[in-house]
Amino acid sequence: MTASTKPSTLEMEAIAARHPHLLQSSSETRLRTALIAFGVLFYMAFSWWFFSIGHVLANANWGIAGSYLADWVTYEVRPEIEIAADGTMNVSYQRNSPLGSNPNPDWVTLEKKTVTRTIEAPAAAEAAKPKASSSFNFMAPNAAVGGAQAAQAQNRVETRSEEVVARALVTYDRSTHIEVADSVVKATHGGETLTIAVDGADRVTPQGPLPRWATQKRPGEKITLSFGVTGWAEVEGDEVSIRNRFFGWANFLFDTNSPFFGKPYGEVASLIVSGERIDPARSNLSLAWNNILYNAEWQHLDVWTKLLQTIVMAFVGTLFASLIAFPLCFLAARNITPNLFANQFVKRFFDFLRSVDMFIWALFFTRAFGPGPLAGISAIFVTDTGTLGKLYSEALENIDDKQREGVKSVGATPLAVQRFGVLPQVLPVFASQALYFWESNTRSATIIGAVGAGGIGLKLWEAMRTNSDWENVAYMVLLILMVVFFFDSISNACRSRLMGRKAH
Amino acid sequence: MATSVLSRQLSESGALLERHWQELNARRRLYTFLGLALLALTLCSSLWFANGSNAGKFFDRLPHLFDFVGDLMPRDAMEIVRAMFDLPSPYDDGSFKYNYPDGRLYLTDSLYLPEYFHKMLETVNIAIFSTVLGALFGFPLCFLAARNLMPNPWIRGIVRRFMEIVRAFPEVVIAGFFLAILSLGPIPAIAAVSIHTIGALGKLFFEVVENADMKPEEGLRAVGSNWIERVWFGIVPQVLPNFTSYFLLRLEINVRASTIIGAVGGGGIGELLRLSIGQGHEAKTLAIVMLLFTTIFAVDQVSAWLRRRLVGDQAFQLAQ
Repeated sequence: MTASTKPSTLEMEAIAARHPHLLQSSSETRLRTALIAFGVLFYMAFSWWFFSIGHVLANANWGIAGSYLADWVTYEVRPEIEIAADGTMNVSYQRNSPLGSNPNPDWVTLEKKTVTRTIEAPAAAEAAKPKASSSFNFMAPNAAVGGAQAAQAQNRVETRSEEVVARALVTYDRSTHIEVADSVVKATHGGETLTIAVDGADRVTPQGPLPRWATQKRPGEKITLSFGVTGWAEVEGDEVSIRNRFFGWANFLFDTNSPFFGKPYGEVASLIVSGERIDPARSNLSLAWNNILYNAEWQHLDVWTKLLQTIVMAFVGTLFASLIAFPLCFLAARNITPNLFANQFVKRFFDFLRSVDMFIWALFFTRAFGPGPLAGISAIFVTDTGTLGKLYSEALENIDDKQREGVKSVGATPLAVQRFGVLPQVLPVFASQALYFWESNTRSATIIGAVGAGGIGLKLWEAMRTNSDWENVAYMVLLILMVVFFFDSISNACRSRLMGRKAH
Repeated sequence: MATSVLSRQLSESGALLERHWQELNARRRLYTFLGLALLALTLCSSLWFANGSNAGKFFDRLPHLFDFVGDLMPRDAMEIVRAMFDLPSPYDDGSFKYNYPDGRLYLTDSLYLPEYFHKMLETVNIAIFSTVLGALFGFPLCFLAARNLMPNPWIRGIVRRFMEIVRAFPEVVIAGFFLAILSLGPIPAIAAVSIHTIGALGKLFFEVVENADMKPEEGLRAVGSNWIERVWFGIVPQVLPNFTSYFLLRLEINVRASTIIGAVGGGGIGELLRLSIGQGHEAKTLAIVMLLFTTIFAVDQVSAWLRRRLVGDQAFQLAQ
């Protein structure tokens, strides 16, 4: 069987001898392929060393990458449970909490009791001592300020009763909750329970071995509990910091200062349609719209204005560029203007505009006009005059001469020759290329905005630099993607109508 | 009246035809006029909006357009050369403005690379590396997105959507995200440029593949080869010149992109340029601008020449 399909060695050699060029060229090609592959590999290895990629990736803070990514579509609510030495507690929330100024979420259950305390001046001062704050604790300074005021108010010995939290239960999800009572923190996650004793000062003692989701760097120090996507918590001697993560964009329409905050959509709608005026000066509809536009967290109006600036930059820049490139390209095309000097001069001018690059033009015009869309328009205009001029003149050089000759032969003026002999051939190409660059500039306008030329780029960049507004970044990216896809499809539709089906 | 004159000369159906033609023509003119008017209106309102939201107003700033150029004039022309080649300046007063040798890279004890050449090299290398990286990922993806090779519309659709999103995703966000995780340096720029390149090259590649001649593939199918063999021996040899040409075109674009990404925190020459413009170091700025201009020009010309040799006069200008 094998013998019939596979020729003998002798036969193979005979065939090889008959067609040497086939085998030879194939081995050559193989060698070349191997060389190219080796060259690429070598280059990648070199770049790995050149940019010290391995080192940088190893030193990167990948833990924070996950939480930054999660911030795109989630938000955290951060109750802080302060534990006093006697086991009583006080619960506070972060400043600008997404739950508003007076949060009382149903996933935090508090059992309160009234205690009678004897407060002396030294004790109050002790309480006001700023505690060691964790790296994630933004509340610490404010808590300290509050304590100091309390200390000033209570300068003498007095006995009074006050309401404190005796037991706090925070529920993350069905299998995860943290219970704090009598200086003992009980954390349950995935069927395991960890009991931690805290002393109300700075010592944290776990009872029993730590489960996988809990970490403690040194005995007695804070314990970090990570519950995956649902959040995490940090147990310190005098404080339990809860980080409960929720899916979605918090307060997307109304911020916490708005009278419509926290109301279900149906109630908001009925308020707008038939409710009594919240602000006597204006209707509820205009109040709601105003609250949405000036939402402190999402800044809708500002984002939309900046986005419009970006769109305008691309539109006006490309339009002007094609308007200026249009007459110039006739000078650059050697078959239209048979003057070598003019051709070369205009072509080199186009090359100059292109090679200086949009980025340098953007910096230049930002200095000239000040930051804003005018700088962006000018940068796009100047660069694309070069690019479109080059493309247009190349299109002109490739036209069919017969139509021109036909028009010329009936005695038309030079202008009429261009109008009826040349323009009908190139106009669809010109328009199509201008449309293409319009679409492409909508994309690049974002990035030149980031260097100061106006538009959403700078806003995006600023939101990213804070490292805490990733949800705003996500919002702007979503808007940009929508705009780009929208213009993409408009431009594609126009181009395929102009050029016939083959354009796309 | 014209119609009455026409009706006398033409038959009844001829007059109808004439009238229809006139109406059609008038309507076309009206549409053209309306379109142009709409365009002009959009343009004017856009300009008004742009001018209103700009920090400086156009007509206020126009006379001062070239003030900035005046600020850029160094003390003497040699200063630019000194800045570019890291030569000690006679004006050195201890500030950064005239301290050129500060950033030089010593290859050996005495042999050094001037700072700007080093950074320019870094930027070009970022561009090459990211283009190679993007092409390596875009190459396998493009065959999955081509209609003639991937009959399954689901896989094709997913791959195409992926490429579209990756292409439209703002580069500055990718750079900013990696900047937040990694330390300052070229890697955020590499990530941003190469991720964008995957989408851009993937799209160009699959359009080439869709225009490929399917006869070799058919032959290979007839002798029973599998999908990978059909792609590798039937399609790849005929699309490779075009792929290389697009690769070079993308390289040109990426040199610019990596410069600009550098300016927003990705290292390389872009960052230096932004800093030196901001700090008003004239000689340094001009040296960098000249270096950048020369490099971009050289890369463009070499790549255009190579592409012309590879694929002849086929127009690839539309691709970006």
